[in-house]
Amino acid sequence: MSIELSGVRKSFGDFVAVDDVSLEVRDGSLTALLGPSGSGKSTLLRIIAGLEVPDSGRVVIAGADRTDTPARSRDVGFVFQHYAPFKHMTVRDNIAFGLKIRKVPRERIRERVGELLGLVHLEGYAGQYPSQLSGGQRQRMALARALAVEPRVLLLDEPFGALDATVRKELRAWLRRLHDDVHVTTIFVTHDQEEAMEIAEQIVVLNEGRIEQIGAPREVYEHPATEFVMGFVGPVTHIGGSMVRPHDVDIATTPVAGGTEALVERILHLGFEVRVELVTGDGLPVHAQLTRQECEELELREGQIVYIRPNRLLRAVA
Amino acid sequence: MAYLSVIVLLPLAAVAVRSVDGGLGGFWRAVSSPEAQSALELTVVLSLIVVAINAVTGTLIAWVLVRDSFRGKGVVNAIIDLPFALPTIVAGLTLLALYGPRSPAGVDVSYARVGVGMALLFVTLPFVVRAVQPVLMELDRDMEDAAVSLGASGWQVFTRIVLPGILPAILSGVALAFARAIGEFGSVVLISGNLPFKTEVASVFIFGRIESDNIPAAAAVSIVLLAASLLLLAAIAGLSRWGRRHEL
Repeated sequence: MSIELSGVRKSFGDFVAVDDVSLEVRDGSLTALLGPSGSGKSTLLRIIAGLEVPDSGRVVIAGADRTDTPARSRDVGFVFQHYAPFKHMTVRDNIAFGLKIRKVPRERIRERVGELLGLVHLEGYAGQYPSQLSGGQRQRMALARALAVEPRVLLLDEPFGALDATVRKELRAWLRRLHDDVHVTTIFVTHDQEEAMEIAEQIVVLNEGRIEQIGAPREVYEHPATEFVMGFVGPVTHIGGSMVRPHDVDIATTPVAGGTEALVERILHLGFEVRVELVTGDGLPVHAQLTRQECEELELREGQIVYIRPNRLLRAVA
Repeated sequence: MAYLSVIVLLPLAAVAVRSVDGGLGGFWRAVSSPEAQSALELTVVLSLIVVAINAVTGTLIAWVLVRDSFRGKGVVNAIIDLPFALPTIVAGLTLLALYGPRSPAGVDVSYARVGVGMALLFVTLPFVVRAVQPVLMELDRDMEDAAVSLGASGWQVFTRIVLPGILPAILSGVALAFARAIGEFGSVVLISGNLPFKTEVASVFIFGRIESDNIPAAAAVSIVLLAASLLLLAAIAGLSRWGRRHEL
């Protein structure tokens, strides 16, 4: 189902968490709300779920104004950063909770729980308690619990934030595949730009309660609308007052037109990628990202004088 | 271990030995005498009622203290402990002044079972509150939000999510309160008037037997109270183990 927010505002005391946000999310899409902590992304998600009431503005889900609909009647699946498992219930009962509340016949519940256990790869764990599961398993259980009631919308609040790096990577790919299968309109909150890029079809960049940019991952990365977006969605380095992505810095060992003279201070080999730290004539640090092959071809050494030139500048469109 | 023996085990053993001074038959006669039975029955029944009331009100108070914010919350929070801090005889005197024959409120519950009940309510109030409060604070609020987003009503959230989470705490508070109530003396002795078959509780009965030099009878009834306490301790241990199994 599509989601439309218009003029949504929410403050807690003096702190304005969400400031006049309007946003459209297409039916069946996968959207990331990306921003630093305190940018209002979680609050916005909770407003869509009905767990927070906006001070003003409207929330429209599937064409119907849901602003005044209580959370319990919104048909929204919500997944929390710390999984929020019902600790006193088994995995089976956790997943069945929403169905029991809806008084679904017992036989149907059994079937549905079986399906979901398969979907989240927890077949053998139905009788276990959440405390007996790993973090990744708990989060998959929480997802199954949210999906059990066939929500119109699936909302995930930093779903992988509490997991370690390997599990996080696995679950990201898995969520992406799951969305291809289940096709429920999904919005997830993250402060990790890589995660947003990897999973989402559409990224909404938030800062201080306002939307900075909405766009496809590539668009946001290559054509950032504001300086904030530029800095937040990818690495940035400065050459002569202009901003550039480190992998867009060309290094030459002989003088080139438009090039700036710089001293190679350090060369860091990070596997496939090589990070070169330089300092320009006016003493400003610059860093560049090269492939290992490029670096070998240039025969770069620390202490060498080179000429650097951005091959693509970033410019705030605004 | 030696310390524990001297302080706890030795006196308990002495009481146990004394209780069977007159043989097991003597023990049984002492415990089953109409007055002793009446006192024990009153004590246990009244304690159960009092503890049931405090289980509910104590949970409510804990809820308000944790979830609501209001002016003077700190003061209220401190007042909860008053029954712990107040010498029980002072508590008894206070109750007698307020609800006795010269009650300024016009309520006289002295020399009545209601009065005994009120005294017990007073001294056992903090147990459930203090047991539930920290558990309620630690309770994951996201769990409640998750239940709401799955369609649960406020009442369903409470009964299916919150209550199972705090039930072990309520029960352990109840057990402690019960143990306290069956042995309570100081706050009860003044307001009850100690009328045999009416308002005489077990602890006062024991005191009376000692006064009249019937030590085996006092010891016998003591042993019954002791057994009840031990039973409860076992129950508490069992409960907390059960509770811990479902923690993260």
